[in-house]
Amino acid sequence: MNGAHDLGGKHCLGPIAPESEFSEPVFHHEWERRVFALTLATGMLGQWNIDESRFARERQHPQRYLANSYYENWLAGLEKLLDEKQMLTSDSSSRWRAASPDCAAQLLAAGSPTSRAAQRAPAFACGQRVRVRKLSMAGHTRAPAYVQGTTGVIAQFHGWHCYPDQRARGLDSAEPLYSVCFTGQSLWGPNSEASEVLIDLWEPYLERAENND
Amino acid sequence: MSHDHEHDHTEPPSDLELRVKALETLLLEKGLVRSDTLDAIIETYEHRVGPRNGAHVVALAWSNDEFRRALLADATAVVSELGYVGRQGEHLQVVENTAEQHNLVVCTLCSCYPWTVLGLPPVWYKSAPYRARAVSEPRSVLAEFGTHLPESTQIRVWDSTAELRYLVLPERPRGTDDWSVEQLQKLVTRNAMIGVERARMPEDLLERDP
Repeated sequence: MNGAHDLGGKHCLGPIAPESEFSEPVFHHEWERRVFALTLATGMLGQWNIDESRFARERQHPQRYLANSYYENWLAGLEKLLDEKQMLTSDSSSRWRAASPDCAAQLLAAGSPTSRAAQRAPAFACGQRVRVRKLSMAGHTRAPAYVQGTTGVIAQFHGWHCYPDQRARGLDSAEPLYSVCFTGQSLWGPNSEASEVLIDLWEPYLERAENND
Repeated sequence: MSHDHEHDHTEPPSDLELRVKALETLLLEKGLVRSDTLDAIIETYEHRVGPRNGAHVVALAWSNDEFRRALLADATAVVSELGYVGRQGEHLQVVENTAEQHNLVVCTLCSCYPWTVLGLPPVWYKSAPYRARAVSEPRSVLAEFGTHLPESTQIRVWDSTAELRYLVLPERPRGTDDWSVEQLQKLVTRNAMIGVERARMPEDLLERDP
């Protein structure tokens, strides 16, 4: 989705203005603690995956997304998921059981690995030139706009991983995942400050490119 | 910068605070969350998981070349053996800074970050300016952190678009040859492991030990 969340290379957003890491608190307000914990705890009910969660945060008016603080976007995403999954309607509560603290600790320690069994040989090999397809569409994707149409080189193959474009629709799907290396010049022109940018991209985002591309 | 608590008792709660409270109340009433679980989640990420884990990994890598090579080859396996496992650390990769090449980590699309070794990300890492600029003008971004690299040093930026999480192995500071792992850990800041700063120098510890 070509939304406000896709920020790579955007201008006029101002300085970084970091707080010192020795004094910045983990949470700045009590409500941020609550939103963080509510998001993780409701996620443990297993009614959505991380890509659905990201997509719910992205699907906001761009002005709203950019004006919100980070945890306001989490809150907006959580409210949307709960509404779309109809989890707050009156007679739905008996269908789900809240995780206990022990169960939550186990789930957090286990995480959610996204690696999956290989289904066939990968289409690309390390060192091969590839171009990122133009993918403008309304759904969730993890191919940033700033790299679409640009040519790079396969730097690493990571095996098969859950494919976000399908998983954001609740579908179980995996594709080969690569780290693709782009020169700074190919992305930003001759005055690029970055020598190289490495981006993790799934096979359906990529097409073969010629060596002189 | 002032934080919460200071004004909570004199000002009425904001619309945002009320909205969050209403949602929490509803979720508790419906049995979708438990308050003891919410407290446990907050306790875990506010007090238990944090950049000390990553600093331990880095100090071990500086001290033991065999560990360092194994870490660069398969960080997921090596870090999990230290017990740093869990959410947002399922697939880890460590990238090594050298005099020739400096690594910087960002997530332009959201806020992907290696929670198991660094804890939750700071506000600036999740902010629009950092997400926008780290990929396109990393040298300027580094300068805002007081980090000035020689023009000859190549900058390699990692945009965390998948579930791989990246941790920067900073260069070991000079003058630390006989330091223990415990001493070395004090030189490893969170920002150095994101790649926006270098590791602290021994003299930095004397001047401003936090």
